[in-house]
This record gives sequence, structure tokens and C-alpha cells, in this order.
Amino acid sequence: MRPFPPRRNPSAAGASRSPAGFQPWGDVTVDAPYIEIDRLTKRFGAFTAVDDISFTVHPGEVLGFLGPNGAGKSTTMKMLAGFVTPTIGTARIMGDDVTERPVQARRHLGYLPEGAPTYPEMTVTGFLLFTARARGYRGTEAGDRVHDAMRMTQLEEVRLQPIETLSKGFKRRVGLAQALLHDPPVLVLDEPTDGLDPNQKHEVRNLIARMAPEKAILISTHILEEVGAVCTRAIVIARGRIVADATPAALAARGPDLDAVFRELTQETA
Amino acid sequence: MGAVLTVARRELASYFATPVAYVFIVIFLVMSGTLTFTLGNFFARGTADLQPFFAFVPWLFLFLVPAITMRLWAEERRLGTIELLLTLPIAQWQAVVGKFLAAWAFCAIALALTFPLIITVNVLGDPDNGVIAAGYLGCLLVAGAYLAIGAAISALTKNQVIAFVLAVAACFLFAAAGSPIVTEFLSRNLPWMAEAARGLSVTDRLAAFSRGVIAFRDILFFTSFIGVWLFANAIAVDLRKAD
Repeated sequence: MRPFPPRRNPSAAGASRSPAGFQPWGDVTVDAPYIEIDRLTKRFGAFTAVDDISFTVHPGEVLGFLGPNGAGKSTTMKMLAGFVTPTIGTARIMGDDVTERPVQARRHLGYLPEGAPTYPEMTVTGFLLFTARARGYRGTEAGDRVHDAMRMTQLEEVRLQPIETLSKGFKRRVGLAQALLHDPPVLVLDEPTDGLDPNQKHEVRNLIARMAPEKAILISTHILEEVGAVCTRAIVIARGRIVADATPAALAARGPDLDAVFRELTQETA
Repeated sequence: MGAVLTVARRELASYFATPVAYVFIVIFLVMSGTLTFTLGNFFARGTADLQPFFAFVPWLFLFLVPAITMRLWAEERRLGTIELLLTLPIAQWQAVVGKFLAAWAFCAIALALTFPLIITVNVLGDPDNGVIAAGYLGCLLVAGAYLAIGAAISALTKNQVIAFVLAVAACFLFAAAGSPIVTEFLSRNLPWMAEAARGLSVTDRLAAFSRGVIAFRDILFFTSFIGVWLFANAIAVDLRKAD
């Protein structure tokens, strides 16, 4: 097994990813990637949804995953979460291979699936307690975890309501709370701010920014302003391939604005 | 085992959070009671036992059990919660077994609520309660067999109606395999098939239980039957989960 820095070590994670990016001691031992995507490919019949994608995400990074609908963002995330089996290639979370050691890999992972699915008939507390127990927490610790997650995502006022009675914004936050509950080193969030109002979007972005220094975070979005607001790096994919990998600023500098760059990047391959 | 129980607990609670559980239990109790006392000639037989009840249970379960299992996986797929469930740090088999156990526990609750029948025969006569217990065990095993079939079929489709109809059809094969019509037809035309059909019949085996015979081979049959279908269930989940 490859070495990776201990969890909850902001000094190692934060220092090595200083804004200057200067690392005199090299990149290997101090700052091993939390997420490694290794030549990942997924074909559905003759259609190639994800085509030979490789990248890594280090602690302290918030990687924005951009692309038009159907570009392969969600499929890549599903493969990383171990829900979709890759046709070729693999992914590792904290060094654990998602196809060979799926349960171990998922322990390090907080995952918000596309659309934030939840069990509609359960109450918010009941649902979060279920995910806490499934993650091995018992008794008061499970209760504490649920409480913390609800506080972070501001769900306390609806904690005893069945999820089906909640607004879209609350449902999304329930999904987010489920992903954050175990304080995982790796977060994979598929459109975390979709359906939220501007205030809630702002809250979620702040939350992500607060957690960022010690975690590796991968978020998919098609809201370009979000990339500039929270991401330290952006990958643009189109037709299952990576067409750009840069900081949001560098990406925006390629054209008049991020919108124009995005359109150019994703249309030239279409 | 912890993960299995966590899944089972959530699943079982979800039955009672919706009207599904209450409708199922009420219909099961009303129909099993009515059939036992009317078509089953409970009083006219003049025997203190629950034979008529045990004779009707597999046919009631034939329709009621698929009604439970049809939503088991189909609903998860429709809501997308299957993605949540299967990306928790639990193995796929744990989810499969947990869901099955929840449905089985639910059937056990429904069966347990037929206890007034036991009181009735004990008040009216002097039944062999050991035989009755064996009959209940048999009913529970039949429920398990149907549940395992239904759960596997539910994993194959997003559509609950399709899951229900296919599960009833599949369960019917195993319920009817031992009926006189089938075995007589087969023994006239395909004698070797008749033996195989009888061997696969869940109703035949339940009849033995309801007479008080708990045979090792019958227990082995039900456990391996359930095991095979749960294995099929796990494969079906794996193949179809992301479709």
C-alpha cells in the first residue's frame, strides 16, 4: 500500500499546497493524492461515456468538474464512488482501489449522488441516523455525528420532518449532511448547489471553503461562477475526455471570460 | 452483521412508515381467517388442528409476498436511493441480505398475528401444539422462499408492476409444482419430470410441516432455495444497479 499523510493533518496538507505551489521537498511523500483516477474508461455498448480520464486530487484542493450535460461528469463520479464498474482503468481513494477494496475505499468517502436521493418517508434525523449506523457509528456517537452534520448544513429546524415534505433546498442539504457526517477526507459532490436559492448556495460554498484545507474535494457543476467562487482548480470535460485542467483564473485568462472559454472548449470537440 | 441489521432495520421501519404494512397485515389476517373458517370447514372437520389454515397460507402468500418484494429494489432504483445505499461502506451482499431479512421479519410479524387461531383451537379442543409450531415454521420457510424469488426479480426492473406480476408467476411455478393436476399430467407424459416437480414444490413440503414432520432435507431445501435466489439477487443488483 502506498503511503498517504495521516488524516486531519492540516499542517501537512495546507502547507504543501501553498498558493505559491512551491514544494522544495517534492510532491511524493508529503502530499500523496487522496483521489487518484487512473485511465478510467466507461463504455455503455458502443457509446463511450468516459474516455481514458486520469487525474489526481490532493488534500487542500477543491477540484471543479465542469462540462456540458452528458459529458461524463456523473459517470466518472459514480465510478469513483464504486457504484458504476469501470470498463477499463480504476480509481483509488486514500490508496484504496475502488474496485478491489470497495468497502475500505468508501469509508474514506463522502458522496452526494446526482439529484441527492434520499428515502422520502424517513425523517431527517431517522435518515441521517441510518447512514451513521451504516458507517459503523453506534449509540451516542451516532447521535452526535447526526447532530453535528445537521448543524453544519442547518437542518435542525426540520429534523423531525419526513424528507418528502421538505423543499428542494432542504432535500439537497439532507444529502449533503449525509456526505459530511463522518468527516471524510475525500468528498465527491455531484452538483451540490443545484436547486438551492442564492443564500443557500452561498452557505454551501462557505461550508466547502471551510472544509477545504484538510480534504480533497471534487465537485461537479455547470454553474461557472461557482468555479471561481470555491474551486482551486478546474477540469473541463467534453464527450468523456478532459479538454482543460487549470486554475479557474488561468482558465478565464484564455478568453474574454470563463463562459466564453467554456463554450469554446466544449464545442470544438462537439 | 452490523451493516446487515442496519439495512434490515431501516427497511422494516419503512414498511410501517407507509400504509403498506397495515394493508398487508389486515388483508392477510382477514383472508386467512375467512378461508380457514369457510372453505376450510374449520368447525365441520371436528379436528382440533390448523390444517385448513396451513393449506391456504401458501396460496395467500403467492399474491401477498410479491406485493412486499415488488418495491424492495425497484423502488430504490426508481428513487435513485440505490446509489446512496450501495455507496455506503457496506458490501453488496449485506444490503441484499438485510433487505431480505426485513421482508422476512415482516412476514413473521403477519404470521404471529394469526395467534387467535391457536387460541381458538386450544379453547375448543386439545390440539398438538408441537404440530402447530411445525406448521408455522413451514409457513415462514415458504414465505422466505417466495420473498427470495420476489426480491431477485425486483432487482431486475424499475417497474413495480412488472416486478409483482413476474414474481407471482415465478412463485406460482413452485407452488403448483406439487399439485395433483401437474404431477398427474407429468407422470403420464414425462415421468422423470414428475419427480423433479414434486421435489421443487414448496406446497408439498409445507404439507409435511403442517403434519408435524420437520425433516432435515426439507429444511435443507428451503435454506438452499433461499440461498440460491439471494445469490441471484446479488448478481441482479450488481448488473442492473446503474441502469
